[in-house]
Amino acid sequence: MSAIIETHGLGRDFKVRDGLRRRTLVAVDDLTVRVEPGEAVGYIGANGAGKSTTIKMLTGILVPTRGEVHTCGLRPVPDRRQLARQVGVVFGQRTQLWWDLPVRESFRILAAIHALDAVEERARTDELVERLELAEFLGTPVRQLSLGQRMRAEVAAALLHSPRLVILDEPTIGLDVLSKQRLREFLVAERREHGTTLVLTTHDMGDVERLCDRILLVDRGSLVFEGTLTGLSATVGAERVVTVDLAEPLPDLVDVEATTHRGSEGGGLRQRLAFDPGATTAARVLAEVSRRAEVLDLTIEEPDVEDVVRRVYAARR
Amino acid sequence: MSRSLTASTAPYRAVLASRIRSQRSHRVSFRVDALSSLLVGVVELAEVAVLYLQVEGIGGLDLRAVLLVFAIADLSFSLADMAFGHCDNLPEYLRAGTLDVFYLRPQPLLLQLVTSDIQLRRLARAAVSLAVLVVAVGLNDLSWDPHTVGLLALALVSGPVTFAAMFVWAAGAQFFLLDGAETTNAFVYGGRYAATQPASVWGRPLLVVFGFAFPMAFTAYLPVVTLLGLDGASRIGLPDWVGWLAPVAALWAWAFAAVSWRLGTRHYQGGGG
Repeated sequence: MSAIIETHGLGRDFKVRDGLRRRTLVAVDDLTVRVEPGEAVGYIGANGAGKSTTIKMLTGILVPTRGEVHTCGLRPVPDRRQLARQVGVVFGQRTQLWWDLPVRESFRILAAIHALDAVEERARTDELVERLELAEFLGTPVRQLSLGQRMRAEVAAALLHSPRLVILDEPTIGLDVLSKQRLREFLVAERREHGTTLVLTTHDMGDVERLCDRILLVDRGSLVFEGTLTGLSATVGAERVVTVDLAEPLPDLVDVEATTHRGSEGGGLRQRLAFDPGATTAARVLAEVSRRAEVLDLTIEEPDVEDVVRRVYAARR
Repeated sequence: MSRSLTASTAPYRAVLASRIRSQRSHRVSFRVDALSSLLVGVVELAEVAVLYLQVEGIGGLDLRAVLLVFAIADLSFSLADMAFGHCDNLPEYLRAGTLDVFYLRPQPLLLQLVTSDIQLRRLARAAVSLAVLVVAVGLNDLSWDPHTVGLLALALVSGPVTFAAMFVWAAGAQFFLLDGAETTNAFVYGGRYAATQPASVWGRPLLVVFGFAFPMAFTAYLPVVTLLGLDGASRIGLPDWVGWLAPVAALWAWAFAAVSWRLGTRHYQGGGG
């Protein structure tokens, strides 16, 4: 089976005016990637690394300056309308719903736009309403929804026509923990049941960890890492930090397997241990500590994408 | 409607129906909007009426004739404004990313833009010009022969089409101007104003711009002078039958609009242009 996304030496420049002079800004450069059907790929990088530009080239909004791009086997710009039937895009920052209409109405219009027949429309809407728990606000105008509700409605809107490829641009930005969790669970189930290919850009390491098999990391428009999260963590030493509150003070826990002691407070009542998620798990660390003293409380800090990205960038410069 | 036509227009009908429902559900605001739209129409009419009541005629048109010009031009503009007026919102769509959303749907971009909204309140203004048209037709004592009916019908179809092209032309230009709605409005709304006036008194630059480049003179003035057998066309060096060319002018305006739109979207996508 052919790739869902295939780019070869893809590049895009922008002409920007800098005072009186015009200069060329390279937003994306020499991007060669391949995404297979059913994969889930995290496309990450700092702000301005060229992520949105790439998405726009993949979906036919922007014409590439250089190189080749095929999405779902189609050329995005000339075949835009055909491609639109196979791709769903969720932009965290812009809406494809009608702000003054109830959610249900927006879905109806989108079903007409994608020429779904009545049976398909019904079945798919019911499925999405149930999975994304939209029933309670289906009759509410979009402008009155909370951010979490609106994002769920946006995701349903982008997936209504059962696209083969779903591209999500910062889907969890600004969401609370519970909303994030629901959205991730939904995406995992959608992929499992329909074989949907996912590409997401995100700043949230939790998204990458729970949703993506593979990571593409871009810096200044170029691909700098391609592989698994474990591989990335290994490359840059992205660590999670577990903080334990103990019932009794212990000497510094410098010998817990696969962790590094990051410090103690309260004479050893609170201790911070860093570990590589590829080498051990939070549960194992906790078990090991529990054997030595009763653990009253714990928190785990995730490395955020920013941090990982900064480390990769720092290593390159 | 044939089946394939029903299917292919379904997306546009769904959007438009929702816009109409939404406007109807906000009754008070709709009525206020409609009333203000009506008042604008009445004021525009009063301006023409007051001027022509003071003089024998301007540029070969007396009050009766200019009312006919006004009615046809304003009715055409109101109808075009109702269906295409929101193309003015393109700069806002560009900023909010709405246009990117259009790119992600399997319909042509311009058709999506045009059918993204409809301003029913403009019907109030169209009603004013329609009433003026009925009065003006009576005042001018027209004989209902094929010549009259044909020319009127032609003008009333070509006019809205020509004004619609102006809105599309302006939208295409917005891709380059960004926040340049004022610039294009000068042509769109200035064009509407020009269309309600006798082209025979325009200066040469105005004649070049609104007579030919943006063929506003063809929406009402030239068909009316041809209809009434006045010498308005020859005053600007055109044959007396030139009013029959209104559809040609509409086609020209659309060619202009299509080029503008094409260049605009190419510029937006960065494919040159």
